[in-house]
Amino acid sequence: MASLVSHPDEVRVVSKRFGQGATDIDRYLELDGYKAVQKALGMGPDAIINEVKNSGLRGRGGAGFSTGMKWSFVPQQSAKPKYVLCNGDESEPGTCKDRLIFEHDPHSVIEGLMIAALAVGSHTGYIYIRGEYRYLLVIMQKAIKDAYAKGFLGKNIFGSGYDLDIYWHGGAGAYEVGEESALMESLEGKRGIPRIRPPFPAVVGLWGGPTVINNAETLASVPAIILGGAEWYTKLGSPKNGGTRLFCLAGHLNKPGVYELPMGYNLKKMIYEVGGGVPNGRSLKAVVPGGSSTPVLLPEEIDVAMDFDSVAKAGSMLGSGGVVVLDDTTCMVKFALRTMKFYKHESCGWCIPCREGTDWLEKTLTRFHAGGGVKKDIDNIYYLSENMLGKTFCPLGDAAAMPTMAFVKKFRKEFEEHLDGKPCPFEKAAAAEPILA
Amino acid sequence: MPDVTLTVDGKKITAPAGSLLIEACKSAGIEVPSFCYYPGLSLQGACRMCVVKVEKMPKLQTACTTGVTEGMIVSTDSDEVRQARKAMVELLLGNHPLDCPVCDAGGECELQDMTFSYGAAESKFAEAKNHRDEQQWSPVVYFDRPRCILCYRCVRVCGEGMDVWALGIQNRAVGSVIAPNQEDHLDCEECGMCIDICPVGALTSGAYRYKTRPWEMNHVGTICTHCGDGCKTTLGVRRSETGMEIVRGDNRDKSGINGDFLCVKGRYAFDFAHHQDRLTQPLIRKNGKLTPSTWEEAFELVGQRFREIRDQSGGSAIGVIGSNRTTNEENYLLSKFARVVLKTNNVDHHRTADFPALASALHGKPQKTASMRDVLNAPAILVIGNDPTNQHPLLGWQIRTNVRLRRAKLYIINSAPIKLRRQATAFGLLPAGAEAKAVAFLAGDDSLLDALLSGDTTRDAWIALREKIRAEQKLVIVFGSELRGRDIEKLVGFAATLTEAKLICLGDYANSRGASEMGLYPDLLPGYEPVAATKTFQQEWGNLPPEKGLSLPEMVESAKAGKLKALYVVGSNPVSRFGIDPFVLSKSFVVVQDMFLTETANIADVVLPAANAYEKTGTYTNTCGDLQLVKKAGEVSDTKSDFEMIVRIADAIGFDVRGLVPFGGGTHSDMGQTRGAQSGEADRHAVWLEAHNLEPKMTPFDPMAILDEVQRVVAGYDVSRVNLLAGNDQHLEIAESGASLIQPPELIVPANDDLFSSGTLGRYSKTLNSVCENKSAVPEVAAD
Amino acid sequence: MKFSDQFEARFTEMLGHYPTKRSALVPTLLYAQDEVGFMSDEVIAELASRLDLTELEVRNVISYYSMLTTKPRGKYNVQVCTNIACMLRGGEELLEHCKQKLGIGHKGTTQDGLFSLEEVECIGACSWAPAAQVNYDFHENLTNEKMDQVLEDYKKKGTQ
Ligand SMILES: Cc1cc2nc3c(=O)[nH]c(=O)nc-3n(C[C@H](O)[C@H](O)[C@H](O)COP(=O)(O)O)c2cc1C
Ligand code: SF4
Ligand code: FES
Repeated sequence: MASLVSHPDEVRVVSKRFGQGATDIDRYLELDGYKAVQKALGMGPDAIINEVKNSGLRGRGGAGFSTGMKWSFVPQQSAKPKYVLCNGDESEPGTCKDRLIFEHDPHSVIEGLMIAALAVGSHTGYIYIRGEYRYLLVIMQKAIKDAYAKGFLGKNIFGSGYDLDIYWHGGAGAYEVGEESALMESLEGKRGIPRIRPPFPAVVGLWGGPTVINNAETLASVPAIILGGAEWYTKLGSPKNGGTRLFCLAGHLNKPGVYELPMGYNLKKMIYEVGGGVPNGRSLKAVVPGGSSTPVLLPEEIDVAMDFDSVAKAGSMLGSGGVVVLDDTTCMVKFALRTMKFYKHESCGWCIPCREGTDWLEKTLTRFHAGGGVKKDIDNIYYLSENMLGKTFCPLGDAAAMPTMAFVKKFRKEFEEHLDGKPCPFEKAAAAEPILA
Repeated sequence: MPDVTLTVDGKKITAPAGSLLIEACKSAGIEVPSFCYYPGLSLQGACRMCVVKVEKMPKLQTACTTGVTEGMIVSTDSDEVRQARKAMVELLLGNHPLDCPVCDAGGECELQDMTFSYGAAESKFAEAKNHRDEQQWSPVVYFDRPRCILCYRCVRVCGEGMDVWALGIQNRAVGSVIAPNQEDHLDCEECGMCIDICPVGALTSGAYRYKTRPWEMNHVGTICTHCGDGCKTTLGVRRSETGMEIVRGDNRDKSGINGDFLCVKGRYAFDFAHHQDRLTQPLIRKNGKLTPSTWEEAFELVGQRFREIRDQSGGSAIGVIGSNRTTNEENYLLSKFARVVLKTNNVDHHRTADFPALASALHGKPQKTASMRDVLNAPAILVIGNDPTNQHPLLGWQIRTNVRLRRAKLYIINSAPIKLRRQATAFGLLPAGAEAKAVAFLAGDDSLLDALLSGDTTRDAWIALREKIRAEQKLVIVFGSELRGRDIEKLVGFAATLTEAKLICLGDYANSRGASEMGLYPDLLPGYEPVAATKTFQQEWGNLPPEKGLSLPEMVESAKAGKLKALYVVGSNPVSRFGIDPFVLSKSFVVVQDMFLTETANIADVVLPAANAYEKTGTYTNTCGDLQLVKKAGEVSDTKSDFEMIVRIADAIGFDVRGLVPFGGGTHSDMGQTRGAQSGEADRHAVWLEAHNLEPKMTPFDPMAILDEVQRVVAGYDVSRVNLLAGNDQHLEIAESGASLIQPPELIVPANDDLFSSGTLGRYSKTLNSVCENKSAVPEVAAD
Repeated sequence: MKFSDQFEARFTEMLGHYPTKRSALVPTLLYAQDEVGFMSDEVIAELASRLDLTELEVRNVISYYSMLTTKPRGKYNVQVCTNIACMLRGGEELLEHCKQKLGIGHKGTTQDGLFSLEEVECIGACSWAPAAQVNYDFHENLTNEKMDQVLEDYKKKGTQ
C-alpha cells in the first residue's frame, strides 16, 4: 500500500524484509525468522536483558528510554500475571513508520514481543494497533494465527516448556491512547485516560500486573539484536544510541518517504541528500525533527546528528522519528495553529492545564491567524504554554506546549506580522502555486 | 506503620509512612489547595492545584498523589508553586461563567476561594466562553455545565461511595462533560451527594436553588427525622411569614456519625414541615365536625375528659400511644404522664424492632453493642435480614466505605439478593422467613441446614460461610426485625462464642430505639424496667399501677368492647399503620397530637397541632444506641411541641406539673416527688444537678429539665452532658438497663419504608413525591 | 440484536483473550459499528449487557474514541487528513475540494447517504501526503484529480 523508497545510505535492520513478502510466515522463516526467539529461549532472562541493554537500543516510541533497562525493572516474582505490550497506536503527526513494519514484517513484531516476554518472564502479550490501521490489524491477525499454527505460540513454544500467548487488540481513534498507561486503560475497555504514577507499569500495569510496553519499531529491532549481538548493533549507531531508526521524511521534500538510517545520521544530509531537498527551488524555513510535539529547528540548527542526545542538545527532541520539513512559503502561525488544533482535539480532557490550555491556545491562534490578534496575545500564547509545561497530568500537555513555545520564540517576527487585522502574509503565495506536482 | 520525617516549608514534620503528602501537610497545619483530591475517594491528580516543589524532582509534583518519604524536602508556597496554581485558576476561569452573584454556590465556592487566594482575577483571554444550557437531571439535581471544573468528585462519590454509578464522563478534551446515566436525566438514589461534594455551583439542588444566599441563612446542626440511623444534618433556615423556614439540608458540618453522608430523605425531605396542610390550630369535634378552637379551650376539654374518665373508670380505661419520632424527653415524659397522671400502664407505640429482647439478652453484659461509628471500622460485619441500602442508608454507606477503604469482610444472610451483596465476601441466600433458622445453624444446629437452601447457596457454601464467620476475631453483627424474641437471645448466645462480637438491632424510625428505651410499653418502664418489679420508679415517680397494661392491639380490642374510654395518641398514625377500623374508636374520646390531619387525627375528638423534630430541642437515640442532640431549626407558628402539650394537659387535668417535670431547681422544685425530701433527706435530683454543674431549669416546658431526670434515672443514659451539647454522639450501654421482658413477636410491624418513603412524613414531602414520580425502578448497575 | 456470524465468532474469540470481560469493549465497538453503521441505542444496550457494563459506561467509552459515532453516516466515510504533513502538501485544499465536490461539510452526509466527509487528524500517511481514508482504505499522494477518481470509484461501487 504505502510505497517504499530507498537510499544508498540506508542500513536495513528493521526494514530488511520490507517488500520481501515476509507477511507470509514461511517466507519470514526463510529470512531468518523466529531464529532469534529460539536463541533467546536458550539464553535465559538475564542474558537477554543484558544483550538488549548493551545494544544501546532506546525506545522508538519517542522518549528514548533504554529498552533493556525498562525490562530490568519488572520484578522477577509477581503474584499477578506479567504482561508485555506492543504499542502500535502510532499517531504522532509526522510519523508513519510502525505502519510499514506491520504491513511488511508483522512477524518481527511478534518475535520481538516474544523475546520481551521471555526476558521478563511473561506469558501473555498484546499487540495494540490503532483503529485506523484496520488493514494492518487484519495482517496481524493472520500472522498471529500462523504463528500459533506452527506451534510458535501457545503451550510449550518450540518445545521449550514455555507457554506464551499473544493476542491482537484494536483501538478506535485516540492519539492519547499511545501514552503507555492510557493504552492499558484502553486495553481494559475504558476511556484512554492515563494513570497516576507511581506505581509505574513495570510494577503495576495492565490489570494490575507488571507490564512492559514497547513501541512496535523497538520490538521489531530486538530479534536482530539477539541474532547479531549487542556489539554489532551498537556500532551501527552513535554513542549511547545503538542501531538504526526508521525516519519518516515528510513535508516539503522532493523525496519524502520512510528511510532506515543509522542513529546519529546528520539531519541536514537527511533533508538534502536522502530526502532530495526542498522542491520548487524554495528554501528551507524550518524542520520539525521528531513528530509534531518536538520543538522546531531553524535552518542554522540542522547540522545535527539525529540521535536522542544530540537533538536534545540542539534544543529539541528526536521523538518518534517524524521529520517534517517546511519551506519558506509556510506560515508559522498557521503551522502552530494546526499543531495546536491537533492537541486540542486529542487531549483526553482529564487535567485542567491540558484541557483548558489547548482550548485557549487553539482559540487564540485561530483568531490570531485570522488577523484578530493584538500584541499581548503573543506573550499570552507563550505564557499559557509555559504554564502548561511540566504541569499537566501526562506528557501530552508538554507535547502541545513545547513546540508552541519554540514557534513563538523563533518566529516572533512572523507573529507580529499578523497583528492588528493584517491578512496572513503567506495565504496568497501558498494558494497560487501548489507544491504538489 | 512507623512515621517518616520530612521538611515542609522549612518545618520538620512527621507523618505515618504511606500517607499522602497533601494529608501530611494538612495535619501539620499547612493547607495545600486542591479541587480533585477528596479524602476517601480515589486519587485523580487532575486539577493540578496541589502542585508543590519536592527537592531533587525536576518538575512540580502533585501533593495529592505523592507519598511521603523519609527526608523529603518540600516547599508548598514558593513563587514557582504560586504561579503554577495561579495559572490553573486562570485557565479554569477562562471558560467559567462569572455568574457568582446568582450562583447557589456563591460564598461557598472553592473556586471563588481559590481565586481569592491566588489572585487570578485579571483575565488573559479574549475568546468567548464555551457555553451549554443548564440541564435538569432529576427533580432535585440540576447541572450547569459551564460552571463545572471537572474535578470528578461527583462521579466518584456516586460510584465509589454510593455504589450507584449514575454519573460518567462523556466526550474528551475540552468537550468533556459529566453525564447522567439516562442521557439527559438521572436514574439513581437521588442522594444528592454529588451536589454536596461539588466544589462549585455546577451541580445544584432543585429543592434549594435560587432560594437564598448562603450567608442569609442560619445554620443549625441537628439530626435527621427520617430513619433509625440518625444522620447529623445542618439545616439552613430563614425567617418566613409563618416562622422559620428550612430551606436546605446538608452536612457541611462533617463531624457527625455520617461524616459526608446524607440520603435523599435527609437532604431534601425536610419540606413536609412547610406543607400547606400543616395543622396550625387546635381542632375540636363539634356536632361531628372538627372545628378550630383556641388552645385554652382544647387543653381544658382534654384535661377535663381525661380526668373524668380516669376518676370514673380508672386509668385502665385510657390508652396512650407514643411516637417513634418524638424526642427521648417527650417519650419519657409521656411514659411518666401515663403512669403518674393518667394512672395507666396502657402504653405502647408502633414497634418496628425487638429492642426489649436485645436488652434482655444483654442485661448485665457490657460492651456487646456496636455504634454507627464502629461499623465504619470493624474488620468484619455480618448482616442478617433487612436491606440497609433501602432501609438504613447510612448503615449501608458505613459498610460500603469500610469494605472499600479498609477492606472489611462483609457477610450477608438474606432472603433476597439485596444490593449490599455486591460488597460481600460471602452471601447466603435464604428461603423467605428462614432468618431464625440461619441463626440456629450458625449457633451449631446442623439439622436446619436443609431449610436454608435456596438459590445457588449450597450446603457447602453455608458451611463455609459459618466457618468464616466463626473465625472472625472482631465482628459486628447487624440484624433486622426478622429476628425477634428468643431468636435474638440465640443470636446473642452465638455472638458470645465468638472472639469478639457486637450487635446492632435495626429499628425503622428516627427514634424507635428511644421510644423503646423510654418505656412506651405496657409492661416496661424507661430503661427496660419491668413495671411489676421496679423499685427505682416507685421511688422516683411515686405509686404506679402495678399491673401490666394493654398493648396497642389489646387497646383496640378493649375499645371494641367499649372498655377503653379514651385514647391519647402522640405523633403516631395507628389507624393507618395497623388498619384499625375507625368505627371501633368512635365511642372513645380520642386525642391526637400531630402535624397533619392523618387517618387517626381524622377520627379524633381533639386534634392538637404539633411541632416536629426539626422544630424542637431534645435527644434521639439511633438504632445502634447512639445518643445525639436534636436542635430547634425551623418553626411554624401556632404549633406546639409534644412536650409542652403533655405538660399543659397534665396541668389541665389538675396535676401539679412539678411532679412531672423537675424545674425550678433546688429543694423547692422537689414538691414531694421523692419521699426523701419529706423525710428530711437531700433532694436527690438537686444533688445530681449540682454534681453535674447544671443549671436548674426555670420552665416546665424545658425538655432539658427532663433530660436531667432521664440521665439520672434511666440506666445507661448518664453520659457526658458537655459532649452531648457539643453535638457529639455517645454510645449507650444497653447492658446497664433493666432485666426487660420478652415481648410477643407479632407486635412488631416493620414500617417497610424504603429510600423514597418515610411514613406519614414522606407523604407530605413534596420533594420526595416528585422524586418518586420521576422514577422508574432503580436499576441495579454493574460496578466498575 | 443480531450481528453477523463473523462478528459473533470474533466476539467469542476475543472474550477468551482477556481476564476481564470489558477488555474486549473497544475493538468490539468498532466491529459492531462496521456492521450497524453507527453506535445505535440498541447496539449500546446489547454490548453493555454482554460485557456486564452500564450503558453509561459504554457511552462514556464511545464518546472518547473519535472513530466511533452515535449518528448514522454515509456508506463511505471520506476522511481527509489536514494535519501538519498533509497540510504542507495541500491537505486543506483537498478537503475543500471534497466539500465542493460532495456538497457537504465536515461531518456532513450526502443526501443519497453514500458519502460522509470528515476532516481527520494524522492517519499515519505523512510520507505519502496528502492522504485520505475512505472507511478503512488509504489513498495517498492525492491530488484533486486523483481524489475525484477515488470518489468516482466508490460511487460506482456503492450504486451497483
Ligand atoms: C501523548 C502520548 C502519545 C504517545 N503515543 C505513542 C504512540 O503512538 N506510539 C508509541 O509507540 N508510543 C507513544 N507514546 C510513548 C509511549 O508512552 C511509550 O513511551 C512507548 O510506547 C514506550 O515504548 P518505547 O520505550 O519502545 O519507546 C506516546 C506518549 C505520549 C505521552
Ligand atoms: S440515612 Fe436515615 S438518618 Fe441518614 S439522612 Fe437518610 S433518612 Fe436521615
Ligand atoms: S488535588 Fe492534586 S491534582 Fe487535584
